[in-house]
Amino acid sequence: MATKQIIHGIFGDEVPLMEACKKLRASGIRINDVFTPFPVHGIDPIVGVPRTRLAICAFIYGITGTALATLMMWYMMVHDWPNDIGGKPTWGYVFAIPAFIPITFEATVFCAAHGLALTYLLRCWLVPGAKAKNPDPRTTDDKFMIYLELNDEQSKKADEILRSNGAEEVNYKGTITIEPKY
Amino acid sequence: MHAESQIREPLIIGNKTYRNITDDIIAPIEGKANRTWYILFTIASLAFMWGIGCLAYTIGVGIGAWGSNNGVDWAWDITNFVWWIGIGHAGTLISAVLLLFRQKWRMAINRSAEAMTIFAVLCAAIFVTLHTGRPWLDYMLFPLPNQFGSLWPNFNSPLLWDVFAVSTYATVSIVFWYIGLIPDFAMVRDRVIKPRMKKAYALLSFGWGGSVRHWSRFEEVSLVLAGLSTPLVFSVHSIVSFDFATSVVPGWHTTIFPPYFVSGAVFSGFAMVLTLMLIVRKVYKLEAYLTIKHVEYMNIVIIVTGSIVGVAYLTELFVAWYSGVEWEQYAFLNRATGPLAWSYWIMMTCNVISPQLFWFKKLRTNLVFTFVLSIVVNIGMWFERFVIIVPTLCRTYLPSTWNTYTPSFIDVGIFVGTIGMFFTLFLLYSRTFPVIAQAELKSILKASGEAQKKASAEHAHH
Repeated sequence: MATKQIIHGIFGDEVPLMEACKKLRASGIRINDVFTPFPVHGIDPIVGVPRTRLAICAFIYGITGTALATLMMWYMMVHDWPNDIGGKPTWGYVFAIPAFIPITFEATVFCAAHGLALTYLLRCWLVPGAKAKNPDPRTTDDKFMIYLELNDEQSKKADEILRSNGAEEVNYKGTITIEPKY
Repeated sequence: MHAESQIREPLIIGNKTYRNITDDIIAPIEGKANRTWYILFTIASLAFMWGIGCLAYTIGVGIGAWGSNNGVDWAWDITNFVWWIGIGHAGTLISAVLLLFRQKWRMAINRSAEAMTIFAVLCAAIFVTLHTGRPWLDYMLFPLPNQFGSLWPNFNSPLLWDVFAVSTYATVSIVFWYIGLIPDFAMVRDRVIKPRMKKAYALLSFGWGGSVRHWSRFEEVSLVLAGLSTPLVFSVHSIVSFDFATSVVPGWHTTIFPPYFVSGAVFSGFAMVLTLMLIVRKVYKLEAYLTIKHVEYMNIVIIVTGSIVGVAYLTELFVAWYSGVEWEQYAFLNRATGPLAWSYWIMMTCNVISPQLFWFKKLRTNLVFTFVLSIVVNIGMWFERFVIIVPTLCRTYLPSTWNTYTPSFIDVGIFVGTIGMFFTLFLLYSRTFPVIAQAELKSILKASGEAQKKASAEHAHH
C-alpha cells in the first residue's frame, strides 16, 4: 500500500504554468492532470498528452454513413420496388448514382458528425448529470491548475518547482491510498 | 505563444483580463433584464402568438387559407422557407469556414451566429412541414416501412434531398453549437450563486472540468466538425436551389442556381447576424468584444457576396437573351416589366446597389448605417425569393393558366409569427446562454487584446 499526497498548484497565467510543467516533467514527476479555462496551445506535448484518435473515428463513422445510404437507396429504389419516374434509370445502382449523390453525401456527414460528437462526449464522460471534473471551480474562470498525486519525497521536490515557477498557491488536498497491483 | 502582427487591429478593446471576460459574459445571465428587453420580448412573443393562431387555422382548414392558387402553387411558404434557410447559412459559415481559415474575429460572433442558424432553421421547418398540406402525414417523407407494400420515397427527387439536407444541417448545427457551449456552461456553473441556477447549469455543462486531455479532444472535435460542416454550408442551399433548377419551368431551369443561392444565403445571413449583433452589443454592453472592426469585417463579406449576387442577376439576364429560348427570355422580361415588376426592382435596389455603398470606409464603419442596411439587405433577399417564385409561376407556358397572386391574412400572419418566434427564442437565449464563446475568446486575449498588444509592442522596442 502506498499513500500519495494530492497537490493543487494554482497559476494565474499560462506562461509560468507551462514552464512549471516542463520543469516537473524534467525532474521525473508525472503530471496527473492540468485544468485550464481555455485550450492552451502547445501544452499537450509538455504534459505528455497523446494525440487523440477521434478524427480516425469520424472517418470510420463517415464511411459507415456512406455505406448505409448506398445500401438503403439500392434496396429501396433498385431492388425492392423499382419505379419508372420520368424515365430515370432504375435497372441498376450504377446507372442511378448521379441522383443518389446528394443523399449519400448528407448521410456521410450525418453519421460522421453525430458519431464523432457522441464518441467525444462518452470518451470524456461528458453526460447530463456528471459531476464537475475540475477540483477547483476557479479553473473555469481565470486560474490554471496542475493536479499532482505524489509520494512524500516527490511532493517536496514538486512544491519547490511549483513555487519557484510562479505558482500563486500550492494547496495540499489530503492523501489517497493506492492499492498495489499484483 | 502565438504572437500577432502589430498592424492588425486588436479584437478585444481595453485592458481586459481573463476575469473581466468572465464577468462581462456572465453579466446578462446573472443580472436582471432591463426595460428594453421586456418591451422587445413582449412584441416578439405577441407576434409569435399571432403566428401560432394562423398556423392552427391553416392546419384546421387546410392550405386553401393561403393566397396560393392553382397556377401559383408555391408562394409565400417556399419564399419564407428559402429565406429562413438562407439566413441560417451565415452561422455555419462563421463557425466552420472561418475556423478552417483561422479567422480569429469569428470568436466574438460565432456563438450567437450559430444560435441564429438554429432558430432560423426552426422557422424554415415550419414552412416545409406545413406546405405539404397534411402535415400529420409528413412522416411519409422519411424512408419508413409502411403498409402500402412498402412504397418508398423517391430518391431521385430534389424535394427528398431537401428533407435529408435540412435535417442533417439542423442536427449537425445543434451538435456543433452545443459542443462549444459545454465549457462555457461550466464557467457559468462555477460562477453563479443561486442554487437553482447552479443545478441547471451543472446539468447543461455535462460535468466539464477543462482537463488538458479534454481540451485536446475538444479542439480536434471542433476542427473535424468544422471540416464536416463546411461542405454542408454549400450543399444545403445548393440542394434547395435544385428544387427549382431541376424543374422545367422557364426562369428556374438554370445551372447558375446553386452558386447563386449559396452566395445569396451567406449575404442575407451576414445581414441578419449584423442586425442581431448590433442589438446585443448595445443592450449587453459588449462593445469591447464586438468592435467596429468586427462590423467592418462582416460588411466586407456583405460586399463580396452581394457583388456575387449582383453578377448572378446580370448573368441570368444575359444567358436568357443569349440562349435564344423565347420562354426563358419572357420569364425575365416578365419579372422586370410584368405586373409584379415592383418586387423585381425592390430586389435589384436592395441587393445590387445598396451593398456597394460599403466600399466607403466611412459607411462600413458606421453602426447606424450598417444596422439600417442590414435590414434593407434582408428585405431585398426576401424579395429575391419572391421574385424567383411568384412572378414566374404567374406566367408559365400556357396563357390560359396565367394568374395573379395576393397573399392572404393567414400568409402574412404565419410569416410575422416566425419572425416573432425567431426573436422570442433569440431574446431568451441571450439572457440564459453565454452569448460569446468566452473560453475561445480568452485564448486570443494575449495575442489580440488591445492592452496586451501595446505591451508587446513596447517590449519589442526595448
